[in-house]
Amino acid sequence: MELTGAQIFVESLKKLKVDTLFGYPGGAVLHIYDALHFAEKDGSIRHILVRHEQGAVHMADGYARATGKPGYVLLTSGPGATNGVTGIATAYMDSIPMVIITGQVPTHLIGNDAFQEADVVGITRPCTKHNFLVKDVRDLARVMAEAQYIATSGRPGPVLVDIPKDVTAHKTAFAWPDRVDIPSYRPSTEGHLKQVKKALSLILGAKRPVLYLGGGCIWSNAAAEVTGLARRLGIPVTQTLMGLGSFPMSDPLSLDMLGMHGTYRANLAMSNCDVLVAIGARFDDRVTGKLDEFCVGAKKIHVDIDPASISKNVEVDVPIVGDARKVVQKMLDNLPPEPDLAKYRRSLAPWHAQIAEWERQHPLFYQDWTPGSPGEVIKPQWAIQEIHRKTKARSPVVTTDVGQHQMWAAQYFQFDRPFRWVTSGGLGTMGFGLPAAIGAQFARPKDLVLAIVGDASVQMCIQELIVASEHKLPIKVFIINNIYLGMVRQWQEMFYDDRYTAVHIPLQPDWVKLADAMGAAGFRVEQKSKLPGVIDEALSTTKPCLVDIRVDPKESVFPMIPAGGSIANPIVADEALKVHVKDDPNSASLS
Amino acid sequence: MKHTLAVLVQNEFGVLSRVAGLFSARGYNIESLTVAETLDPTVSRMTIVTSGEEKIIEQITKQLNKLINVIKVVDLTGLEHVEREMALVKVHAEGDGRAEVLRICDIFRGKVVDVSPSSYTFEFTGVEEKINAVMNLLKPFGIRELVRTGKVAVSRGAGSSTEIRRRPAGGDAHLAEAG
Ligand SMILES: Cc1ncc(C[n+]2csc(CCOP(=O)(O)OP(=O)(O)O)c2C)c(N)n1
Repeated sequence: MELTGAQIFVESLKKLKVDTLFGYPGGAVLHIYDALHFAEKDGSIRHILVRHEQGAVHMADGYARATGKPGYVLLTSGPGATNGVTGIATAYMDSIPMVIITGQVPTHLIGNDAFQEADVVGITRPCTKHNFLVKDVRDLARVMAEAQYIATSGRPGPVLVDIPKDVTAHKTAFAWPDRVDIPSYRPSTEGHLKQVKKALSLILGAKRPVLYLGGGCIWSNAAAEVTGLARRLGIPVTQTLMGLGSFPMSDPLSLDMLGMHGTYRANLAMSNCDVLVAIGARFDDRVTGKLDEFCVGAKKIHVDIDPASISKNVEVDVPIVGDARKVVQKMLDNLPPEPDLAKYRRSLAPWHAQIAEWERQHPLFYQDWTPGSPGEVIKPQWAIQEIHRKTKARSPVVTTDVGQHQMWAAQYFQFDRPFRWVTSGGLGTMGFGLPAAIGAQFARPKDLVLAIVGDASVQMCIQELIVASEHKLPIKVFIINNIYLGMVRQWQEMFYDDRYTAVHIPLQPDWVKLADAMGAAGFRVEQKSKLPGVIDEALSTTKPCLVDIRVDPKESVFPMIPAGGSIANPIVADEALKVHVKDDPNSASLS
Repeated sequence: MKHTLAVLVQNEFGVLSRVAGLFSARGYNIESLTVAETLDPTVSRMTIVTSGEEKIIEQITKQLNKLINVIKVVDLTGLEHVEREMALVKVHAEGDGRAEVLRICDIFRGKVVDVSPSSYTFEFTGVEEKINAVMNLLKPFGIRELVRTGKVAVSRGAGSSTEIRRRPAGGDAHLAEAG
């Protein structure tokens, strides 16, 4: 029997076990939407109608990050596709598996500046892992299979499939390939045993080793293996923003996050280690700081599925190309017997003592009161700790926007499991948090999903709140409201002598009314003593909630390594506070 | 330092712009790029001349390999290889100069491919330095038009440096089950 391209598309989704499609219709995808009509009726695929295409892509992204499964998006041609580009670039930078299907003008009109035509394959080439233009309906099923395979294998990433409208009407037999074979694409996953052994002997000879885990540990499902490796060797572990949750942060071996706003002990441990074991991390500039001073004197081992990530920024001694889980499993298989390991662990005692000393000197710190203010000011860090305290038992999925609140959430939430922390790291896309939370809640209907967002960021995709109401998704959105574009304000304060430009937004929407207008429950808190009660109330509501938490507007994120600075010299909170206190007209009342 | 890369790609829609886009997006230089079909019409071969430190060249090679349509990348610079470039040049040729430019063409083993009362069009083939040398000699006569192909290159000896050894599809080439 012959099917239309639109029907082949739908049948392909079923073969690929796609249950949820985030999208927005338009002329070029009308045939596809008509075919979806039937798939929705028989319950095989649900389509979520968003309010802006950027929201659709972030939702698919949140869906992927909360489950490990690829997210799927369907958009129309021209403006539909271009509205999605920010979302696609966001997923690309963080290596998120995703398939985006866009409608295109009919093949005979391509290149004619037709109505709603855009060169979507051209526009998205630099922000997708790969993309396709399907010009012949006989290629469609194969391309759909290849798209998912490419998106989910090797180093994952978004793949876009552009389908001209006439192709969705053309008919052919539906021939589903039972396997995908792309001769020019064969990611190496195994990892050389020789290299693995070389790495192990380096590690076992180390006196001050550190494990540095990135998002690759999450995406290769390596959490159990890396955790096992760290514990058997007794090596301290630090994680990147993207890697949080690949090792339990409540474990005594955890140094927590490293990098620009990482903990003092994590950055100092990096700076002073003798063997650095990087797994699924890419030596991003937010992690390395000044390259010439990054981990000098350490032998470096780098495990990554992407050969191009190895020795890109930092020259390494033992490169291992492979899937993090498989490589770490090989390491585990080749460890010396337990008595030798016990001896090794004991030999690391001085290193652990040194790290504990750094932690004692400069733990994560904020002053839980404001000079000259009554005790009712809510510190943003405290608010986040409080949300964490009240929800940790439920192991929530936490999404964020971008800015100070994101960094505080990374610092003060503890993630003990992978696929719980959903944040835009590489691109740093404001507006990500709310739609990502919606996508995550669709993927995990029974789990608690929280969004920690900024008062500026959340306004970028706020239109999606009504989607949560429409589908009765009980997401809890906490606005850490400092009436500033806080992170930019912090940089202007630190590096531009307090000259604030375009960062103050005192006129805010009435968030309670806005929530109400969108069918959600709104709350507003200004006093510290009221916050715990409001959090409880929000958690016990079945509606989506928007909680406007008015926090100290002038709080900054510490520790901080200024862009391009050496990670050996973080600016820590208490020193920074001293500067503040000195400048504060109320400082007299302090002493 | 200059490097000559032989890049085998699937002969597909958009592959040239993927390769060119990679160079521009990452700030790498392209000094010349030639591309044409190979014996196998589904495969094209590009010869790309680029420059940069070893580290940059290594990154270029890795990034090229990462493109889904790229089958193989060989840096010919480290191998024994033959390089050629072709140029078509239209030179002003009147009066005394008319004989002189022909002599230069002869010395460099060029071919006359077109003649007019006031010009000659020559074809030269050779290594880049030879083409540069002949252009310098012809310049004083007045070069009306010049087109160079950019470099093509092949390894020396009987073996093929760009033979495609199709690696068997690994176990993970099966359709990844969602999840
Ligand atoms: C789309 C986008 N535009 C601009 C920026 C630059 N930027 C980074 S953080 C930030 C301020 C965010 O303010 P807010 O959401 O209120 O969070 P806060 O830092 O106050 O916690 C800006 C403008 C960005 N990351 N993304």
